[in-house]
Amino acid sequence: MSTDTLLSFEESLEKFDPAMGLEVHVELNTNTKMFCGCPAVFGGEPNTQVCPTCLGLPGAMPAVNAKAVESAMRIGLALNCEIAEWCRFARKNYFYPDMPKNFQTSQYDEPIAFEGYLDVELESGEIVRIDIERAHMEEDTGKSLHVGGATGRIHGADHSLVDYNRAGIPLIEIVTKPIMGSREKAPEIAKAYVAQLRELIVALGVSDARMDQGSIRADVNLSLAPIGTGELGTRTETKNVNSLRSVERAVRYEMQRHAAILSAGDAILQETRHWHEDTGITTSGRPKSDADDYRYFPEPDLVPVAPSREWVEELKGTLPELPREKRARLQKDWGFSDLEMRDTIGAGAFGLVEETIAAGAAPQAARKWWLSELARRANDTGTDIAELGVTPADVAAVQALVDAGSLNDKLARQVFDGLVAGEGTPEEIVAARGLAIVSDEGALGSAVDKAIAENPDVAEKIRDGKVAAAGALIGAVMKEMRGQADAGRVRELILEKLT
Amino acid sequence: MPEISRDEVAHLADLARIDLSDAELDQIAPQLSVILESIASINEVASDDIPPTSHALPLTNVFRDDVVVPGLTAEQALAMAPESEQQRFSVPRILGEE
Repeated sequence: MSTDTLLSFEESLEKFDPAMGLEVHVELNTNTKMFCGCPAVFGGEPNTQVCPTCLGLPGAMPAVNAKAVESAMRIGLALNCEIAEWCRFARKNYFYPDMPKNFQTSQYDEPIAFEGYLDVELESGEIVRIDIERAHMEEDTGKSLHVGGATGRIHGADHSLVDYNRAGIPLIEIVTKPIMGSREKAPEIAKAYVAQLRELIVALGVSDARMDQGSIRADVNLSLAPIGTGELGTRTETKNVNSLRSVERAVRYEMQRHAAILSAGDAILQETRHWHEDTGITTSGRPKSDADDYRYFPEPDLVPVAPSREWVEELKGTLPELPREKRARLQKDWGFSDLEMRDTIGAGAFGLVEETIAAGAAPQAARKWWLSELARRANDTGTDIAELGVTPADVAAVQALVDAGSLNDKLARQVFDGLVAGEGTPEEIVAARGLAIVSDEGALGSAVDKAIAENPDVAEKIRDGKVAAAGALIGAVMKEMRGQADAGRVRELILEKLT
Repeated sequence: MPEISRDEVAHLADLARIDLSDAELDQIAPQLSVILESIASINEVASDDIPPTSHALPLTNVFRDDVVVPGLTAEQALAMAPESEQQRFSVPRILGEE
């Protein structure tokens, strides 16, 4: 793997202006594929969700999934786009075994939705309008396993094995216009855009929206131009950026890499780059084909899509509350301060906190666990907070145990250890690790007696009315009980015995 | 003008994965030019009031309900493959000697 020369981020900004274009692929959660009745679900055994159409067998005829068209239009409308009065599918011809037809059925110059925008909120509260060029319908490709190479990678592989379950699953590709003038905020804007687009998709309910499972995938186009010129330089397209954190890192990395090449007087090669989550770098992929090389032409097997204006109006009525408006409403409901709200969103925990509260936890408790405990763990391990293995239902269950007095915060943290380690449900972990608070009065009583006996001077102070000294005895009892005692009850017992 | 150069034919053949020898290119390029010229004569009768036509049928919005239809089993799908492995289609090395 080559190691690229990088300029520092600051130096790259001194010399250049970044321009970005973001392409986000959204895999729809329809029951069936885009052009055939095969199930469109994630994770089946290889090649069990296939038919002559999605295998590209001779004579098979595609038929458009009405639900996918509807989802595409709802995405377009939520992004403030125009909906085409008439549009066609096209064949994008290329030879790559992930598409058995030797073309991908896509839309070319007639996307179903175009000319929209998404207002994106940055951590500072600033709103940045991202212009949307288009959102079009297409189909996903199959999945390849590369055999015989060093690390399962395509380079050096001897041959490849293809599973076509995913081939033909409906995809909506959402393309921004060039995002200019974002300067040092470029990485943050890219991340915020993908994050808030994802939220919108979740609110629309049209996709599982799981970046870790590839149901939302981002490609980052980036170019640099000499500072102040307003030009567009040669771009690279970084693929395989599969977490929000990586979107930010990939923009930063490509800015630094381009800056080093351009500063040395060399030219950027227009190409696809592959993002590597583990090492945080991009490597060269294939040279990017010109559109001409795809020999696009209208798909003869599918008639045009011409949504009636009545249909468009009807779908407008199904749009959910916009995430930004919803956030304002929930902040009020939850009683969060602006800072608490910003921290929650900044940690990528807004939806998680929302779901935790919906599952029964008090707002501040939900916020506390996600932001103090789980955000820290995510940060320590470089994991996305949503991918720790802890669900909102888990957090609500832990908090319910705390509320019921069966756990204290210290023990709750150990339950989270168990959840992250995949040891089961909170209840199972409490049982398996023996974490429940000891509420057995006999056991507590003897621990209290022991603490009093071992700390006669402290006991004496309390007898003299210095109730504040009880803390030292509570500490001794908690130590004796390995933290598994209800501190409030221990205090009561100490005071009962000494006053 | 619908003239197509030998280089363009070679490029298209390459994109379409059709192996053409030099002799074949010499022969086919002029022939394709003639074909393109013949087709281009349609332009002479096309006027602004005739929209370009991609589909012969005057139909739009032919949709399918989002309902699962049984497809092939993995065995049926792979039975037609020259080679398979791990219940997947086996294909030759994707990247050439680059």
